[in-house]
This record gives sequence, structure tokens and C-alpha cells, in this order.
Amino acid sequence: MSEVLLEVNNLKKYFPITRGFIKSKVGDVKAVDDVSLFIKEGETLGIVGESGCGKSTLGRTLLRLYDATAGEVRFRGKDVLNAPKDQIKELRKEMQIVFQDPYSSLNPRMTVSQIVGEALVEHGLYRKGKELDDYVVEIMNKCGLARYHMNRYPHEFSGGQRQRIGVARALALSPSFIVADEPVSALDVSIQSQVINLFTDLQRELNISYMFISHDLGVVRYISHRVGVMYLGSMVELADKNALFDNSKHPYTQALLSAIPHPDPTMKRDRIILEGDIPSPANPPSGCKFHTRCMYVEDICREEVPEFRDLGGEHFVACHLAK
Amino acid sequence: MAEKNIDLKPDNINVEEKSEIEQEILTPWKLIRRKFLKRKPSVVALIILGIIILAVILAPLLTVHDPYELNMTNTNQPPSREHKLGTDELGRDNLSRVLHGGKVALQVGIFAVVIEVILGTLIGGIAGYYGGWVDNILMRITEVFMSFPFLPLVITISAVVGVRISPEQKMYLVMVILGVLSWPGLARIVRGQILSLREQEFVLAAKALGIRNTKIIWRHLIPNTVGYIVVNATIGVASAILQESALSFLGLGVAPPVPTWGNLIQYARDMYNLQHRPWLWIPPGLLIFATVMCINLIGDGLRDAIDPKS
Repeated sequence: MSEVLLEVNNLKKYFPITRGFIKSKVGDVKAVDDVSLFIKEGETLGIVGESGCGKSTLGRTLLRLYDATAGEVRFRGKDVLNAPKDQIKELRKEMQIVFQDPYSSLNPRMTVSQIVGEALVEHGLYRKGKELDDYVVEIMNKCGLARYHMNRYPHEFSGGQRQRIGVARALALSPSFIVADEPVSALDVSIQSQVINLFTDLQRELNISYMFISHDLGVVRYISHRVGVMYLGSMVELADKNALFDNSKHPYTQALLSAIPHPDPTMKRDRIILEGDIPSPANPPSGCKFHTRCMYVEDICREEVPEFRDLGGEHFVACHLAK
Repeated sequence: MAEKNIDLKPDNINVEEKSEIEQEILTPWKLIRRKFLKRKPSVVALIILGIIILAVILAPLLTVHDPYELNMTNTNQPPSREHKLGTDELGRDNLSRVLHGGKVALQVGIFAVVIEVILGTLIGGIAGYYGGWVDNILMRITEVFMSFPFLPLVITISAVVGVRISPEQKMYLVMVILGVLSWPGLARIVRGQILSLREQEFVLAAKALGIRNTKIIWRHLIPNTVGYIVVNATIGVASAILQESALSFLGLGVAPPVPTWGNLIQYARDMYNLQHRPWLWIPPGLLIFATVMCINLIGDGLRDAIDPKS
């Protein structure tokens, strides 16, 4: 396909656990632990995993909304994590985010046109006035909002419309990369499809790359070109959508895929039921993090951390046994 | 392309709603004005306060007598055609003194609150948004200010500098003291609100858009606390007016011969005046009450009008 837009190498984000009055550090929550990936231009990378596995933290850390603990993020070859302030401001125009909760992600005291237009004024692209308003309306139209919505407040909209406002806000600076942090999880199923279609239409029209974070495997399969699976802060498998869904290599991915509900209730399925609970990210298991619940576990899994390796054809897996 | 446009139509556009497009699009300010005007008590209060303020400002035009003009042959007169609210023990026209006295009360009330709101919002906003050691230092300072005992402090300051400055300067001193002593309460409220607001995703979104910190505080966080600020400010105006009256009443505030609503009541404080010359103390008392009441009602209406959800 096309060029690599975003490259993430060994990104780590640890949240310190502090205790007591003097806040002495007693450990780390390893929310994102050694994740590497890349996203090409005009491509959607789906990220799936159960709640608490670090999907959202990954998205926010690579946008520098959280300070990374270690690692490297390159956007068009430029270092993001160590960029000085003025360069960061330029990068903000290129990299945007859409949030999960359409309620808390919009300022209740700002009208739609203020929400969408604010960044344009801040970056000096437009001055307040008719030109700005026209551009804001253009963006709003693109996202399925009408001109008369301009001076309304977020609480006057439905969940789906609010999410469109969130998309319009992210789109206003015409970014080339958007982190979509579970943008449809809070929506009704019928509204979900509208918003997903909005995402795909915008991608076709504007050639935007997405990192689409979700726990809904059906949605991810529909929208993504490639899919990454996360478990306990680490990427366990990353491959082309079809390769991942039809020919998954990692036991965790296999278990996850077997949990997708099937529309036909009479059909017999080979459901893989995982034993035990997810270990705490503050104290992850040694070796392969999945070894405590893996049905194929061997001695090597308990001792050595598996390498995130390419099995060929850009199918990455972090498992000792996968072939 | 054509079919895609259909896809992108918002989920609620239908034929009836399209006529709404032709409707007037209200700007936020128009909306606030419209909502405020719907609140009858607030509108009435605004009109009454307007009349009081106008009367106070136009006092020199409305009264024939100078508030400082003594007339020893005409002391302690009951209301008459010449002196509508009678005269005081030095023969000064009481109506004139009541109207001129309002100037001090209103000035003190407004300036003290301006100081309070500026300091309180600024310090509370910065402490809440930045958190950590900034928050710690600012809140400790706030606590120091909160623990100043009001009356002993004012008595001391008045005693130390009171004799050396003119009555006019003393009035400004009172304003500053009232303002500086009242901001900590507001600062704590604003800080508490902002502490919870800054965890919301719209703040993260603003950061992702590259909005400056000062603008995040000013445009995203403070407007969400404006309800609390307005309520606090209106109560602040009222309490500053009352405190000024109390101070003047104790002889610590604005010194005679400058009239204020507070010290007018103070002069009328003896038993005989209270029983037999109600025209001396009822009008200033009533004006204090009316002003404070009006400001509170206006504040209520303003808070509701500003809140887009109401």
C-alpha cells in the first residue's frame, strides 16, 4: 500500500502507584508495555482487547496527552514524544482524537460552532467572522450536521449527533491521523452504523488514517484494514484483518474470536473458555503475560518474554509456539 | 457521490425540521437575554435596582439641599415640604444624605466584589487546573487569609491608618479590606469545581487540539463554574454592603461627615430617635434591604439564564 504515516516503537506508559502521605512510589501499573506498531496513510488500524488492557492509554500516549514512560513515536518521520512546544502545536493539527463518551467530551457551555471553530482560531488559521463560520458549517455538513445546529449547545443533541460534533471538532484542523477511542461504544446499535459509515466516508474522501480502538470485534472487522490485539498492556498479535480473523495465531486472539456471538443460535461452536482472571497490570506474570491462562502453555512461556515477531506477510505475533 | 450525501444526512432531519433552518439562529448572548427577560422577579429586581442606582447617581440633581450644609436653627425636624425626610441633629437634610449615602454603599459593594471575584476565580482556577505543588501553595495561602479574624483586623487597621487618611481614602480602604478578606471562599469553590471538571474528556480534547492552558482554564473551565461565581458574587455584593453598614455603624468604616446608609442608621441609634423619629433610620434601612434583595434576585436570574441547560 502507501507510505507509513505513524510509527510506534517500544512505547511504554507506566502509571506510578503511590502510597502514604509523602507519596512514595511502591510500583507501576503497566498500562502500555512495550508496544510497537505502524499505520500507513489512508489506513485503519483496529485495536481490540478487553477493558483495562491499555487500548485507550495507548491512543492517548501516542498523541502525547499522557507523557510516555519510554519508547518512540514517529509521525511522518518526526519525533513526537520529544518534540518542542512549537512543533507539538504543528503536530496537533495532524493528529486528532475522537472520544468514547459523547457526553463528557463536549464542553456543555460552548455552542457547536465554538467547539468546532475554537482550534482554527487558536492555530491562527481563521479569524472570528463570516469566513470561519462558513468553514465551520462546511465541516459540520460533512459530518451530517446542519447550519442551524451552529448555535446550539451539546445537551440539545442526541448521543449520535454529539458524536458527530466530536468528529467535526477533530476534523476541523484537517488532520491526517485520528485516534478513534471507542467512538461508537456508547451509542445505540442503529446509530453505531451511521457513525461508522461517517468514519469510512470521511476516510475515502479525505484519506485520513485511523487508529480505531474498540472492543466490538464486528465493528473492528468492518472498518479496519489491519487489526491489533492487546492483552494486559502488550500487543499480542497484529495482522491484516482477514489474516487475523480467519487465521489467528495467538491463543488469546483465538479465544477472543471464539467469543463473537453468532446470529444462528442452533449452530454448534467451538467456544474457547479461558480459565482464571486477567492478572493485575501492576504485577504482570513473568515470561509471556498470557501463560497463566493459556491452554498450550510450556515451560519456555513462563520464563522468556516472547518476541513480537513477523511470521511473514506482516503477521506479527508475540507467542513462542506460533508458527 | 450522490448516494453518499444521503448517508451523511443527520439522523433527525425531516421535512418539518427543515423549516427551522429558516428560523432565526439565536446567538448565545441573545439567548441569555431572552431567558433572563422571562424571569419576572429578576426583571422587577433589575428595574428597582436601576431606579435606586439612578437616584443615587443623580442625587445632586434630585435634592435641593447640600448633604453637608448645617443649619443649627432647624435641627431634628420631622418630614415637611421643605425637608421631605426631615433633618438630623445638625439640621442637615436627611433625604439628601440618604441619597448621597447610597453612593458609598454601592461603590463598596461593587468594588469589594470585583476584587473578590477576580482574586477568587484566578487563584481557584490556577490551583484547580495545575494541581500538585501549585495547588498546595495557593491553598495554604488561601487558608491563611481565611483565618484572619475580620473584626479585630479591621479595628486594628482603622486605628493605625484611620486618622491619617481622608474619609474618601478610608472608603477605598474599606473596599479593599472587604474584597481581600472575602476571596478565599470563592477560590475554594472554584478550585473544587475545576478539580472535577479538568478530569472530563473535553479538557483532554482541548489539549489534543493544541489549545493553550490559559485558554483551557478561561474558556473551558471557568465558564462551567460561572453559576457558582454569580451566586457568590451577588451574595458578596449584599454582604459587602451589609458589612460596610456594620463597620460604619461601629464607627470603623467610612467616617462622618461622609454619609453612608450604615452610619446614617448609626446616628439614629438612640432610643428616642428609634421611637419618635423613624424617618431617620427607616429609609436607609429600607434601601439597604431593597438593594441587597434586588441584587440577589438578579443574581438568581442571571445564573439560570447563563446556564444553557435551563
